[in-house]
Amino acid sequence: MNKDELIAKLKTIIKPYTTNTDAYDNLTEETDFINDLNINSANLVDIILDIEEAFDIVIDNPEMERMLDVKSAVEIIETKLASK
Amino acid sequence: MKKRVVITGLGVVAPNGVGIPAFTHAIKNGISGIRHDTQLKELQFSCQIAGKPQISDALISQYFTELELRGFNSTGILYGVIAGIEAWKNAGLAVENNPEPDWDSGTIFGSGTSGIDKFRESIYKIDDLQTRRLGSTVVAQTMNSGISAYLGGKLGLGNIVTTNSSACSTGTEAIIMAYDRIQSGQAKRILAGSTGDSGPYIWAGFDALRVCSSKYNENPEQGSRPMSASAAGFVPGSGAGALVIEDLETALERGAIIYAEILGGNVNSGGQRGNGSMTAPNSTAVQRCITTALGVSAITANDVDAINGHLTATTKDGLEIENWAKALGRHGADFPYINSLKSLTGHCLSAAGSIESVASVLQLHENFIFGNTNCDDLHPEIVTHIDPSRIPLKTIETSPTIIAKASFGFGDVNACVIFKKFQQ
Repeated sequence: MNKDELIAKLKTIIKPYTTNTDAYDNLTEETDFINDLNINSANLVDIILDIEEAFDIVIDNPEMERMLDVKSAVEIIETKLASK
Repeated sequence: MKKRVVITGLGVVAPNGVGIPAFTHAIKNGISGIRHDTQLKELQFSCQIAGKPQISDALISQYFTELELRGFNSTGILYGVIAGIEAWKNAGLAVENNPEPDWDSGTIFGSGTSGIDKFRESIYKIDDLQTRRLGSTVVAQTMNSGISAYLGGKLGLGNIVTTNSSACSTGTEAIIMAYDRIQSGQAKRILAGSTGDSGPYIWAGFDALRVCSSKYNENPEQGSRPMSASAAGFVPGSGAGALVIEDLETALERGAIIYAEILGGNVNSGGQRGNGSMTAPNSTAVQRCITTALGVSAITANDVDAINGHLTATTKDGLEIENWAKALGRHGADFPYINSLKSLTGHCLSAAGSIESVASVLQLHENFIFGNTNCDDLHPEIVTHIDPSRIPLKTIETSPTIIAKASFGFGDVNACVIFKKFQQ
């Protein structure tokens, strides 16, 4: 899976949690989940669970705390997929 | 100076009608919401009938976002939100999204438990070592104040946002608490009400106590029989009732429809002394609650035109009638009209007081007293205290001015509120 495919998959996971459709439509690696997408911080927990399921990986708590934007999410998912 | 307090909005999710128009039609026409319950049968409950509101997915999607419905499993919050928002809109109030909360408006929305199905689902996951996979909404759905928190957020309320809990008197208590807060000038508007979860996990404890109706599993609509000689326990119910309670001045200023005035009320407890216990009411306390409510409302017993009783269809109905008769000093044909909604809805437990208060207020506003069903065979103990003519079996058109509503609950707790037809 290349980076674009990964971001596309991530985007579908994030969709139900965002209320800012403009920021969502123009999502880039720099997009911040809370500040740009208006995602409720409690819902980040649900996004992590959805990512774990979709990619069949396990994300531990310190990693989860770093996953605040698209870029860090992609990095963590790529690392996890590479070590499978 | 004490403020006058009025009711300007109503909402309801009842087993026999969801929404005020359907519910009004149901109570006027004796339409029952008691149905056979397959799940209770499969789980081998002795009582296999229940009162559950019938709610479509289309209706749910009018009140909840898709995101809110992800992992949502709390019937109590579902019912409470639908009834609460209906009451708010019925009061002519807008659901706005302002940056600033509405400091003058709050909610006191009671509940016995919250999200018991969500709690059960979580317990299975926890024991399966899946705590980290519970998701983000377990707390919001299972905390007792879940319902007031949901409503507070949807409406942007900035005054008190709380959930009271006093068993089956919860709903009536919420109304009295709202009245107190408004008449003392601490809020202009309170969304008051209560809600109760559906299902076996909320009802099982009562089935275990052998206080539920078990002889009418094949005839559900006949199963809930308040005041009847053949009453043999209550039918478990669920739902929510909601009332927008408002300072009269504010209501008049904005030209709101006024359904009724709240003259006053009282809550007390029998302390589980005398003939009171965890599960039975202390008669002295019940009578004192009623007479105190009349006193603070500055009316006499003779002013009461009708009573909406607690009357669950257990063996305590006769005692309740006796307590009303003694408290009011009115017996035989001099007794006010009395009715019980539970013949049509079952006993909606923590939601009972608010749903029944909505019914009481509708009677004042629309000039009727709804008929009691399933009690053409009145209990002989009851007719020793009051004349059968005081227990209408069919809905009658009449214009009651004052209705007393009381609810009693486990823990020996009582609540009585006095509603009056609004006159400027």
